[in-house]
Amino acid sequence: MRTGRLQPWLFVGPALILLVFFLLYPSIDTIRLSFLDKRAENFVGFSNYTHFFTDKTTLTAFRNNALWVVLFTTFSVSFGLALAVLLDRVRYEKIVKSIIFIPMAISMVGASTIWKFVYAFRPAGAPQIGLLNAIVTACGGRPMGWLIEMPWINNLCLIVVGIWINTGFCMVILSAAYKNIPRELMEAARIDGANEWQVFRKVILPLLKPTVAVVTTTMVVFVLKIFDIVYVMTNGNFSTEVIANRMYKEMFHFMNFGRSSAIAVILLLLIIPALIINVRRFTEQEAIR
Amino acid sequence: MLKRALTVLLVVSLISVVGLLGFAQQKVTIAIVWSGTELEAFEKALVPFEERTGIDVVVEPVGRDLPAVLIARVAAGNPPDIAAMPNPGQAKEFADQGALVCLDGIVDVSDHSKAFVDLASIDGKLYGIFISADLKSLVWYNPKQFAARGYGVPTSWPALLDLSNKIVADGGIPWALGMESGAATGWVGTDWIEDIMLRTAGPDLYDKWVNHEIPWTHPAVKKAWEYFGQIVGREDYVYGGATGALTIFFGDSPNALFTDPPEAYMHRQATFIQSFIKTANPGLVAGEDYDVFTFPPISPVFGTPLLGAGDRLAAFNDTPEVRALLNYLASAEAQEIWCGELGKLAINKNVDPAIYPDPITARAAKMLAEADTFRFDASDLMPTAVGCGTFWTGVLDYVCGIPLNTVLAAIEASAIDAYGE
Repeated sequence: MRTGRLQPWLFVGPALILLVFFLLYPSIDTIRLSFLDKRAENFVGFSNYTHFFTDKTTLTAFRNNALWVVLFTTFSVSFGLALAVLLDRVRYEKIVKSIIFIPMAISMVGASTIWKFVYAFRPAGAPQIGLLNAIVTACGGRPMGWLIEMPWINNLCLIVVGIWINTGFCMVILSAAYKNIPRELMEAARIDGANEWQVFRKVILPLLKPTVAVVTTTMVVFVLKIFDIVYVMTNGNFSTEVIANRMYKEMFHFMNFGRSSAIAVILLLLIIPALIINVRRFTEQEAIR
Repeated sequence: MLKRALTVLLVVSLISVVGLLGFAQQKVTIAIVWSGTELEAFEKALVPFEERTGIDVVVEPVGRDLPAVLIARVAAGNPPDIAAMPNPGQAKEFADQGALVCLDGIVDVSDHSKAFVDLASIDGKLYGIFISADLKSLVWYNPKQFAARGYGVPTSWPALLDLSNKIVADGGIPWALGMESGAATGWVGTDWIEDIMLRTAGPDLYDKWVNHEIPWTHPAVKKAWEYFGQIVGREDYVYGGATGALTIFFGDSPNALFTDPPEAYMHRQATFIQSFIKTANPGLVAGEDYDVFTFPPISPVFGTPLLGAGDRLAAFNDTPEVRALLNYLASAEAQEIWCGELGKLAINKNVDPAIYPDPITARAAKMLAEADTFRFDASDLMPTAVGCGTFWTGVLDYVCGIPLNTVLAAIEASAIDAYGE
């Protein structure tokens, strides 16, 4: 029985060692750094944390992350769900799904650069190089600086980019789950006189619920760390700052080890609940299988 | 079979060890921010050095994120031998950490302009060299359009505003002032304010401002911002108004001078904007289709001081190869190639003025050499949290219409924090 006790460790051993070196050690060191000053020399207590919760910019970042979590997650998942269910009835399902999934294959920086052009501004009268302002002016409107209209329009413009990229991902996962639902259940409901909306509400949605939950929490974890889109398109200017971009700035522009570490720890704390829910859901799903 | 494989392995590793030993002393790594034509020019400038000494110069074109890369590599104990230091504030922080090599007695800078030797020094010790400079106090204009409309070059601030009003009255827009610059958006505005501050408050107060010996809420600082507001705050003065200023890429901005009729007439920007103008408008001739006038004086007491910036190199390792390369790059020979290719302004006084590719650059070099007062870009000298942080965002806020007192109070709060008071 000795091999039995050793074997699991042999299998997970390498993974564990890697985890300790590349995840656990950096995390603990980051927590240590978050209590030190700019150059990581002197102990400063909680002052890096109090700075986070008193500074206007970091509070804006906090608010914007909340905005991202709510809007980005809601729309990505619901668009993904709607597309997964509706496209099942379309003849060209594969082609349409591929097209919607393509943005996922583009790098975040690439996608952000593309969208920066979509939102580009040229003064009225000049040829509009931005798609959105070209449409607006063609309809007789005045061109707008989409990325500088604080604080709502520009944040929404950034969130739209995130939704554009991730709807395809949500759709693919949800579509796979949807295709696993036995057709007989829907048929039975229809024979019993349920209309399509009732079939969706009472049959499809409950059966998709675990998958929706996993996709949602995955999106929440993803969006809490949102960085690329904001960094490329506005760099957090004009009230569009997010926590991860602030962390990058404190570290790589301002060389402030303490503050950037504190931001990293706060981000980690924010992500943990979502992670726990995700893992729990995942094990539940595994148990059902 | 195994024996054979082992032998091969042994031979290969021996060769690589010998190779490393043999070449380690003949190699020097240099991390730079330049790309495209600038990278080509830099590599061209290195050729005579490599041919003469046999030292292999490994150029790492890291790009604009070099400051971030340097922080990581210094922290990891693995910095390049030499690196470009676009940000003097960062150079000071590295020097304070003890990461930089003191170049006193190592590099010969006796032929360099004193202003740039001083700028490369920290607490009286030389911690870098400048290989070229850019002059910022320039206003670009289209002489043909000026002549056709009877506009003269303004030589005072009121004349500059008069000309702006005249252009507006003629149905034009005086200024092309695009500030968008990706992650660095805001620096165009800080350059304006610095140039004005030098003219309204003078170099001494400017230095105090840089060192935070006067607060951001000081009347002199506020006055400089208000002068900037006289231009940027007027929707009819700036192409695209405030929205245009905040969203148009700085490199595209001067193109407004060359449409017919011109979308705008004046563009205040450094010498380096010429490469953007030439790339976007290949047919234009310097001195004929576009020209510069000096950003006019404001207070007669302080005359016409010049604002500029430079390309600085610093060393992280002290080896004979590093010493040789730095001395070469400091020499007139290297700077003639580098500056001649790019139209940058040389630091070494022995550089032959004939190398400058066009009359504008030659004139700018002459202005720089003869300047009574020259000051380095203030935002680059301040701690990065201010100079590349709240100063940039403060300018954006101000242009967005946030009250000046609020903007300055916010920068002051961050400055108190960043200067460690």
